[in-house]
Amino acid sequence: MIYLRTVWLHLKKDLRLEWRSREAVAGMLFFTLLIAVAFAMAFDPTGYPAMARQMSGGLLWVGLLFAATTSLNISWERERRNQVMDAHRMSAAPPSALFLGKALANFLFVAFIEAVLAPVFIVFYNLHPLGELKWLWLILPLGTWAIVANGTFFAALGLRSRNRALMLPAILFPISIPALLGVTQATSAVITGDFEPGMWVRLIFGFDVIFTTACILLFGTVLHAE
Amino acid sequence: MKRLFWMLCGLSVALLAWGFYEAVFVAPVEATMGSIYRIFYWHVPINISAEIFPYVNMIASIGYLWARRKNHSLALKLDALAIATAEITVLYVGLGLATGMLWGRPVWGIWWAWDARLTSALMLFLLYVSYLLVRSFSSSGQGPVIAAVLSVFAGIDVPIVFMSIRWWRTQHPAPVLTGEGSLDPSMWPAFLWNLAAWFFWGCTLIWARYAIVRREQQIAEREAMEALEA
Repeated sequence: MIYLRTVWLHLKKDLRLEWRSREAVAGMLFFTLLIAVAFAMAFDPTGYPAMARQMSGGLLWVGLLFAATTSLNISWERERRNQVMDAHRMSAAPPSALFLGKALANFLFVAFIEAVLAPVFIVFYNLHPLGELKWLWLILPLGTWAIVANGTFFAALGLRSRNRALMLPAILFPISIPALLGVTQATSAVITGDFEPGMWVRLIFGFDVIFTTACILLFGTVLHAE
Repeated sequence: MKRLFWMLCGLSVALLAWGFYEAVFVAPVEATMGSIYRIFYWHVPINISAEIFPYVNMIASIGYLWARRKNHSLALKLDALAIATAEITVLYVGLGLATGMLWGRPVWGIWWAWDARLTSALMLFLLYVSYLLVRSFSSSGQGPVIAAVLSVFAGIDVPIVFMSIRWWRTQHPAPVLTGEGSLDPSMWPAFLWNLAAWFFWGCTLIWARYAIVRREQQIAEREAMEALEA
């Protein structure tokens, strides 16, 4: 119970910080929008609706992944100011609660971006999904959590290294390949209606469970590295 | 110890030479592919070794995380082993990909196909390149811990990658050793000699790299001690 309360306090703190500055969400929103525009210019989705349907799932997730890496670095950057990280290290609170609180906050930020940008994507890419849209209620949260949980962990991992901005994608992308494959395939399945997304949803779910467990178990080691 | 190293080195060079002779001059010509198939004698042994070394890396990393507070000198040794195995993994997976592409061009007609095994091998390559990148970016104090954590993640990721990509697509020939296609008895000696040769050669390289890293660690420790005394 105390553990959950600590998670909640961390979450509340991150949400409040974001509410006051709005830098992470605004940055991500604009960044993902730019990616959507750049890809639309490269492929002319309105001229080739079948191709747009096949590609837009992948584009959405690649955009979100890029955007998430920028915001994940920001979310830990806040803790570096005024030696807050050292305070976390000395505190008696369980380290994994800090991780969970921050991952949940990042999850909410990215979910917000998805809620805003999914309609924009549908308009820009002239999409008429042919599969069952209700799957997206499962695919979007699971896929977002896969990116955000690992991303929050690896952003903390690279916190004290040189080239922080480069290090996060260099670790996050190779590790997240199965999740990325799963979400893009599942989203494409919903949009094109060609095949059932069920198998890929199971893959993402398994990925989430395994890696969230690993993150929670190893976060203390990362926080107290050195 | 030094003598043992040179003995292993000599043994693996001799095995490599003997394996080359067996594969090029002794093994028969394959029925459909002709002599092109001979690259298989390097490709498969290299890839088998490339799948063993990452696990040595992961075990060494777990050992490092366990020992780093209890037994400092053992932890340093395990860390050196982790660096050495990661570097040789990158080398071997890279060689495996290169030999596979050399084979794919004449047989499939393309250098690269997004097939299950090729993609898995590429992911393994990317994972360990990122491991080495992290090592080179991290400050010396926390680099080993971070790298060890990443190695555990990579170790968890490898089976998931393997499975997910197998669902995705498959074009690679079925495994000739365990699958339906079988290796002709006359081809086994050349294959087994090369398997031993490349495995021992990898171990030699790991040993050499381990010795270098150990010396670097000792120099760093000595410098730290001198700085403390000064």
